[in-house]
Amino acid sequence: MAIFQARTWLSRSFSTLSSHPLRVCVVGSGPAGFYTAEKMLKAHQEAQVDIIDRLPTPFGLVRSGVAPDHPETKIVINQFSRVARHDRCSFFGNVTLGSSVSLLELRELYHVVVLAYGAESDRALGIPGEDLVGIHSAREFVWWYNGHPDCKNLDLDLKNTDTAVILGQGNVALDVARILLRPATELATTDIASHALAALEESSIRKVYLVGRRGPVQAACTAKELREVLGIKDLCIHLQEADLLKTPKDEEEIKNNRIQRRVYELLSKAATTGPSHPRSGQRELHFVFFRKPDRFLESDERRGHVSGVHFEKTVLKDVGDGKRVAVGTGQFEDLECGMVLKSIGYKSVPVDGLPFDHQKGVVPNIRGRVLHDTSGDPTLLEEGLYVCGWLKRGPTGIIATNLYCAEETVVSISEDLNLLASKASLPKPGREGLLHLLDNRKVKFVQFSAWEKIDSTETRLGSLKNKPREKLTTWEELLKVARE
Amino acid sequence: MLVSKVSRAGILMLRGLSRGKLTPITRAGYIQRPYGQYLQPWFERQTETKVFQGSIFLKHHSFSTTTTANASEEGSEKEETISVTFVDKDGEEQHIKVPIGMSMLEAAHENDIELEGACEGSLACSTCHVIVMDMEYYNKLEDPADEENDMLDLAFGLTETSRLGCQVIAKPELDGIRLAIPAATRNFAVDGYVPKPH
Repeated sequence: MAIFQARTWLSRSFSTLSSHPLRVCVVGSGPAGFYTAEKMLKAHQEAQVDIIDRLPTPFGLVRSGVAPDHPETKIVINQFSRVARHDRCSFFGNVTLGSSVSLLELRELYHVVVLAYGAESDRALGIPGEDLVGIHSAREFVWWYNGHPDCKNLDLDLKNTDTAVILGQGNVALDVARILLRPATELATTDIASHALAALEESSIRKVYLVGRRGPVQAACTAKELREVLGIKDLCIHLQEADLLKTPKDEEEIKNNRIQRRVYELLSKAATTGPSHPRSGQRELHFVFFRKPDRFLESDERRGHVSGVHFEKTVLKDVGDGKRVAVGTGQFEDLECGMVLKSIGYKSVPVDGLPFDHQKGVVPNIRGRVLHDTSGDPTLLEEGLYVCGWLKRGPTGIIATNLYCAEETVVSISEDLNLLASKASLPKPGREGLLHLLDNRKVKFVQFSAWEKIDSTETRLGSLKNKPREKLTTWEELLKVARE
Repeated sequence: MLVSKVSRAGILMLRGLSRGKLTPITRAGYIQRPYGQYLQPWFERQTETKVFQGSIFLKHHSFSTTTTANASEEGSEKEETISVTFVDKDGEEQHIKVPIGMSMLEAAHENDIELEGACEGSLACSTCHVIVMDMEYYNKLEDPADEENDMLDLAFGLTETSRLGCQVIAKPELDGIRLAIPAATRNFAVDGYVPKPH
């Protein structure tokens, strides 16, 4: 006890002796936020780092994006938890940028604000029929099966059709296909949300199409995920051999790219092992290439519902710089289906007071330093404001990509702070100021210890069902347990 | 026999501590001096860094552990440990002893070497990526399995002699192996760097 008191006294006197401890706020508690916080704590020994998130639960897409049957990918949560428990770090859940606190207020409270809140919206196709019932973004579907409280009540009907069309062939598309096609019994022992498991157990979907605008050489998925989906028990894989023909340009693309080479090899092996005659009721996965969605077709029997997708066949065309894009050929083809999942990319959402490049869907920045506008002028910087993760780079990459992204942003911050040190920098209210503001606004923030209550409740409930956890999937439940 | 071994270890630890090289870190993250007192981390800037590293890059419970006395003991039996050199992105070298059977990732963490291990050795990430600096040693390793290759696909700064640190297990033939930790900020894309054979 005496040691603890001595420590607190020492740390306080150390703080007053030093020239104003650095106050940092990270907005977003996914990989970008946590890697940034970890590196800031390490690079600045007196820095106090606060991480805010609009959800009561931390970890961003590690919790709400990584598929339930990929538990090893979630192990990084252990590292992030150690950061959150660091004595110079505090987590504030249920605090929303824009409503609980504005960007302007954060910049007044903290010396450094790093926005790492990712991409919570979707790219749109902008084609007719996109509003038909039965068409969803993959992001919504993923949030639904992962128990994200914003998608608990997603209007999903897995019983009206036997066919789903997925637009896109990246890893998210493969995840979604796999969750639709895996036997529900295999999913029952994962941390999948119980409402999703129940729906999947009654699902009538037996055929899934994964449709890409370009060819197998350009498929955006990676080997591990492809291997996994090709290995699903009792699943019949369909691939047109003709699609696998490679042009000299394709050969060159493959030669220089290990990922694409190995993906192509897996796809060609799948085509040659070919489908035997499918037994009735056996599930099917079709890889369709060189098809671009032109419009969605509306059902005659169920008005307002999607009944298929009208595709235009494509070829790859050289557009200079070694790049090739898919262009329409004027030939069309329809695929019947009762459900469409668009897996064509996420998109970030701007907030008041934040410069935003609507074309690229990111915050204009140079190495993480936020720029005043999209002109590209590097001298017009928003002082003290930084970005990291998808908000900075666009919605691509893996969890580890944020490791390097955070390092770059933290280097930029440190360089800027070194420059500032030569002029006197004012103290900022930091955490105390934030607490005061949240208290005035009656915001019921969720501290990390409160998340730990949610965590142990979910784990305990999960153990009753042979699952690693049973997620709480409504705002009410989450906040209630947090406040116990 | 045991007494002389312990006192030898003790003398080595004291010598190491006075040189500032050895800072045995307990799981709690505090510096433990041989005489058993716990020091306030705030007093020593240099050691605070090590404490911080110890607390952030914490030893993982799932890994087997060696005692620090074993790791620091010089003149170790060759059959029990091998010499491994880690070269960090700034070119700084760290020479450690790794018990036979331990992975390079575990060994790095036991010795506070900054090697990420997001998935803690479950072949679900590429953050423990290391570059085997000598082709001769690279060839002594067993070929990577499909699962490791799948993860290597995604590693940053991939080279022809890249491996995942969690899959390189210490064996006698690897004594003297040198492993480079790739520079993080160099690039976001897989590049074709080829190491020069030694």
